[in-house]
Amino acid sequence: MLRDLYRDAEHLFRVVLLCVVGVLVFLVARAVAVPKGFGEYGHYRAPAIRDAAAKTPVFAGQAACAECHDDVLATKAAGAHRGVHCEACHGPLSAHAADPSAVEVALPDGRALCVTCHEQNASRPASFPQVVPSEHAGDDVCTECHVPHAPSVQ
Amino acid sequence: MDETRRDLLATGGKLLILTGAAGIGLDFVLAGEPEKAPNYDVMKHWWGMAIDIEKCIGCGNCVRACKAENDVPKEPFYFRTWVERYYVPDVDPREPHAEMQPKVDSPNGGYDGFDDVYRHEKSGKTFFVPKMCNQCAHSPCVQVCPVGATFESPDGVVLVDKSYCLGCRYCVQACPYGCRFIDPRTHTVDKCTLCYHRITKGLTTACCEACPTGARMLVDLKNPDDPIHEFLRSNKVQILKPQMATGAKVYYNGLDGSVR
Repeated sequence: MLRDLYRDAEHLFRVVLLCVVGVLVFLVARAVAVPKGFGEYGHYRAPAIRDAAAKTPVFAGQAACAECHDDVLATKAAGAHRGVHCEACHGPLSAHAADPSAVEVALPDGRALCVTCHEQNASRPASFPQVVPSEHAGDDVCTECHVPHAPSVQ
Repeated sequence: MDETRRDLLATGGKLLILTGAAGIGLDFVLAGEPEKAPNYDVMKHWWGMAIDIEKCIGCGNCVRACKAENDVPKEPFYFRTWVERYYVPDVDPREPHAEMQPKVDSPNGGYDGFDDVYRHEKSGKTFFVPKMCNQCAHSPCVQVCPVGATFESPDGVVLVDKSYCLGCRYCVQACPYGCRFIDPRTHTVDKCTLCYHRITKGLTTACCEACPTGARMLVDLKNPDDPIHEFLRSNKVQILKPQMATGAKVYYNGLDGSVR
């Protein structure tokens, strides 16, 4: 009786075999196709986070400036520009911070730089110090009267 | 014949078991150990930004710093951050129902600063609004990405996996704040990363570094000592397009109702 029931069982084995092979092919293909770390935090490649963090900064940051230029920071601390970071005016200088002798820091063009912030503009907050440069100083350079690091009138 | 088939099945079965084990093993080998940035735990931060419109002077330092730091194309239509100028006219007492029509401009994204075009206006008000990616916690751009190339990192920054991006532009259209563009060099999408390469090293973003008035503040909402908590407590703070429920994490102080 039982023997009769399983007499033609071979083709069942064949179907099961095919299913198992299918699952295995899927597993292997998946292992090859899904990139490393995908799904660790969500539906994305987790190492992409590390890729985003890998770039080298261009701006060194205020702390790097303070390592050597504490005298300038002391001057700045007393003036209205105390909140302005060095690289806001001097530009990105991580190369200089990494090797101070390699990159010479160019002094910014006083007149062109100062008006970037301090030229009269109706859209600026009224409390912010603004001038019409031609009326305020004619053709004179700002630094003839003002000290950029502590900009009160000399 | 029967013997042969049995042998075949037995051998085949053994091979299958071996292949299966190999397949699962291969999965582990390819997945490898999860890699972590040194001295930085993604689970201990939740980044955002605070912008004080009352301090913004429209100098364009943030726009220039961002382009320098992140190698953003110099053409005047690629920006990770930009500054808009608003001019909001007074309500006309003769026509008080008329829809308010603010004028918005952003010449070269504010890269070259702003000419004082409103100096002769006797009425209305005008101000600057710095714009950038709002680092949404429920970001529409992430939801539409078909391949998982853009995502919210565990520390709350919306990032792009450039090796995965197809350049399909779905996210460019989905972003309600217009913060994304296709990089003409790679043909993949590009956006503000909140200077992820800086903040994971303990630095502030390039725009915050360059802002002379402190109008921008990088904030870590998971840090109980961060000044953001005092900022949110002591100011009337708003996000852009709150009705879209994006979970934006760029908090504006002094945001006028006319700003879109």
